[in-house]
Amino acid sequence: MAARIDLNLAHAYQANPTQDSDYALLPLKMSFRAGGAYALLGPSGCGKTTMLNIMSGLVRPSQGHVLFDGVDVTDKSPQVRNIAQVFQFPVIYDTMTVAENLAFPLRNRHMPENDIRKRVGQIAEMLELNGQLNQRASGLTADAKQKISLGRGLVRPDVSAILFDEPLTVIDPHLKWQLRRKLKQVHQELKLTLIYVTHDQVEALTFAEEVVVMTRGKAVQIGSAEDLFEKPAHTFVGHFIGSPGMNFLAGEVDAQHLLVGERRIGLNDQQAQSLKGLTNIKLGIRPEYVHVEAQESVNTIPAQVERVQDLGTSMLMTMRCAGHVLRARLPLTAQHFKVGAGVHVSLLGKHTCFYHNEELVV
Amino acid sequence: MKPVNQKAWFLILPVLVCVAFSAIIPLMTVVNYSVQDIISPERRVFVGTEWFASVMRDPDLHEALWRQIIFSFSVLACEIPLGILLALSMPAEGWRASITLVVVALSLLIPWNVVGTIWQIYGRADIGLMGATLQLLNIDYNYTGNATDAWLTVLLMDIWHWTPLVALLCYAGLRSIPDAYYQAARIDGASKLDVFRFIQLPKMRGVLIIAVLLRFMDSFMIYTEPFVLTGGGPGNATTFLSQYLTQKAVGQFDLGPAAAFSLIYFLIILLLCFILYNWMQQVGTQAKEQIHG
Amino acid sequence: MSHLQLSEVSKSVGADVHLHPMSFALQPHAVTVLLGATQAGKTSVMRLMAGLDVPNTGDVIVDGLNVTGVPVRERHVAMVYQQFINYPSLTVFDNIASPLKLRKESHIQEKVQDLAKRLHIDPFLKRFPSELSGGQQQRVALARALAKNAPLIFLDEPLVNLDYKLREELREELSQLFAMGQSTVVYATTDPGEALLLGGYTAVLKEGRLLQYGPTLEVFRRPASLDVALAFSDPPLNVVSAQSHDGNWQLNRGPFVALPQLETMHSQVTLGIRAATLRVEEKSGDMAIHGQVQLAEISGTDTFVHFHCALGEWVMQKTGVHFFELGARLTLYFDPSEVYIFSTDGVLLSAPLSLANRRA
Repeated sequence: MAARIDLNLAHAYQANPTQDSDYALLPLKMSFRAGGAYALLGPSGCGKTTMLNIMSGLVRPSQGHVLFDGVDVTDKSPQVRNIAQVFQFPVIYDTMTVAENLAFPLRNRHMPENDIRKRVGQIAEMLELNGQLNQRASGLTADAKQKISLGRGLVRPDVSAILFDEPLTVIDPHLKWQLRRKLKQVHQELKLTLIYVTHDQVEALTFAEEVVVMTRGKAVQIGSAEDLFEKPAHTFVGHFIGSPGMNFLAGEVDAQHLLVGERRIGLNDQQAQSLKGLTNIKLGIRPEYVHVEAQESVNTIPAQVERVQDLGTSMLMTMRCAGHVLRARLPLTAQHFKVGAGVHVSLLGKHTCFYHNEELVV
Repeated sequence: MKPVNQKAWFLILPVLVCVAFSAIIPLMTVVNYSVQDIISPERRVFVGTEWFASVMRDPDLHEALWRQIIFSFSVLACEIPLGILLALSMPAEGWRASITLVVVALSLLIPWNVVGTIWQIYGRADIGLMGATLQLLNIDYNYTGNATDAWLTVLLMDIWHWTPLVALLCYAGLRSIPDAYYQAARIDGASKLDVFRFIQLPKMRGVLIIAVLLRFMDSFMIYTEPFVLTGGGPGNATTFLSQYLTQKAVGQFDLGPAAAFSLIYFLIILLLCFILYNWMQQVGTQAKEQIHG
Repeated sequence: MSHLQLSEVSKSVGADVHLHPMSFALQPHAVTVLLGATQAGKTSVMRLMAGLDVPNTGDVIVDGLNVTGVPVRERHVAMVYQQFINYPSLTVFDNIASPLKLRKESHIQEKVQDLAKRLHIDPFLKRFPSELSGGQQQRVALARALAKNAPLIFLDEPLVNLDYKLREELREELSQLFAMGQSTVVYATTDPGEALLLGGYTAVLKEGRLLQYGPTLEVFRRPASLDVALAFSDPPLNVVSAQSHDGNWQLNRGPFVALPQLETMHSQVTLGIRAATLRVEEKSGDMAIHGQVQLAEISGTDTFVHFHCALGEWVMQKTGVHFFELGARLTLYFDPSEVYIFSTDGVLLSAPLSLANRRA
């Protein structure tokens, strides 16, 4: 049955960790509810694969516990935890057919043959593999093989959680769509606990109900796609989510104003109050919300256009503003500016975020 | 084409000369002898393919060939599984792996006639460890007198000497299997036997073909070790093909038939090489399809 | 040395045809993107251009000289691979300096420093490639390629093994580096988005055939065939067939639509509608399609709605983060003048006018 997973642990490279860099995973406390779809998102080396392997039982955390439905499984093997894992590259048994591959975990549990056949048929149909059941697994394409890997996990009726380690890495971009859709359908139908590790934001945001953004062993924010996009709790989240990521401009607070470069822009009461007396302030605004105009107006900052890229469905404009690089994503219907032109950008709006020491203040 | 390429040919001339002296010219000499009757160094008569025909009909030769085939197959039947087992039990990493590798490879480093001498002494009832132990256990063992004992000793010696080669090859093959396969097998609940059957053995296929090829070729040509150990005896119980050939050529100074048989021997090995090589190529393309498919 | 032309080149290995005869001339001093799925022939074409392989038929012509058969060592090209290839036993400094040393150039120290700085690897000059991260190793490979100052630079999916944020950063840097230099750059990728970001020119390849070559935006806006449109769409193009019915067009035996931009001599055509063209808001003159939401994929910047309707499985791209209930009934709208129309054998008959043309 889909399990609830609770983590209260840390994982260090050596026996006596003294500083942050000694940890692969800094102390964390996290819960994944039963039947939920989660993603662990972060750049290479952030610790997401380590966390996944701790959950699956392939790695034992150097300190702390892992609980499945309240039961401490920290010392238990992956088999006992009843999890399934899908790896980066397809892991299949070359000498067996597709059907035999799918049946393998069930045969090891001594399920009756008839039940095995039914279950294999069910899962094969869900994954659209039923036409290839009797073919040798080694001769299939990469995405079919990944489906088999996934199928071996799904075929067990009492699997507690399925863990994915960047499973779409070897898949062609055209086929990634189909597999993503398939994964979402599987979640809808079977309501299993699914945990997905990736460095690709589209995969994470699409697949998961909640995303854990990680960097250097630390979980920086856990939230839904909307939360991560609209209100990133950390500048790293703002930078990592979104293509291109959030723009950050350093500024200094001066009573009711923020000094950016040489311009003052007015803050509202709430913002001024929260930022009072703080240094190391950054203003964060996503390229989608940057407003570009030809004329100066209230609270705008002058900028110079450095590059204009037509992306087919939208326009990406790179500008230099107050000593920073600023990017704006504009619809194709917006006014076109030439490279080198002077423009005025408005950065204040309900989507603007302010950060102090990299963390969200308001 | 630029002249640079032509100059390169001159650079390999010394190599060509060496190879010519050490391989090509002797080979041509053998071919020359095989079609002549050399009654004495001065008297030679051209006999064409007569030697080839008589060699093929020689019953002694048939026996030696038969003994050789049985020997090669016994060697393979023992060494390949033993090598695989040894490779499976060797540690995968760390300082233990390095020490194990060195210890395992030791017998490969011993000169072959020394190997024969070691086992010759080892098997003696008076001063040899094995011989003396067997005598203490009241087991009748005499490798100089008893044909079966001689066979077993030669076989045992070859296994002791060459199994490490198979083990090292299989070890390399095993190390190339990504961890994820073992992890997936654990998660699937596979037993150790299943892991061997479905993951390790298929992935070792390429390496095993090489091991079989090498051991088959080497055992088919074996000379030094059995010669030193038993001298081919008792009688001709352990006279394998190469020794028979040497006896013919050097012992009886019958260069003609010996040369003829050398060529036939050479061609047999060439044929077997060709067959096994093509089989390996097939395995190779299959393996490639697996990766890209 | 930067005018490269392929003239009816083809490549087969045994019975496998890797490349069907194709001809095109690279735009000099610009970036050419080779776009296509895996196994479409991008690497084969690149190897022929670089001189790593010899074509079975046809010629490779550089600056008017036939260089078919001339080995790559004499071709003045630089190449960067997917797999971060560096000399493992040399330090980063020596790696970057190696082409300079081979050509016995002067001021090697300064040149290497300058390149390392441009690629942000100057703190690592004394390290070995194995001690660096993937992104850093690829930068070393890039620096080495740039050090060669070759008139032709080939990059074979160089960013595919990096995580997506790093890919974004390096792509920006690459664009700037290419803009600064004078070389002709050939860049292979499977991602249409990357082609659009790099700009320049694009050659679309499919199954060993060259489908179209031209300025990237033009190939995007006016795909010469249905195959090109399909290859150059991410998310996938929504395709439906339409049959002529008394001046109107019936979509796949379903709703009717007027397509005034098309002459009536065809009886059946294929329509292609880009995901971004579909809308939830209705505008006058729109065509309405009813269906059910299957899946909403959120990328932050965009939301992709997978939609099941009588015409097939469609995808709509909408800017921003939006939530759609799975299984909810939804009506999508599109402007019939914004569709791509292809004949039954895939040739482009009509493409929507670009916004620039429309405003003008």
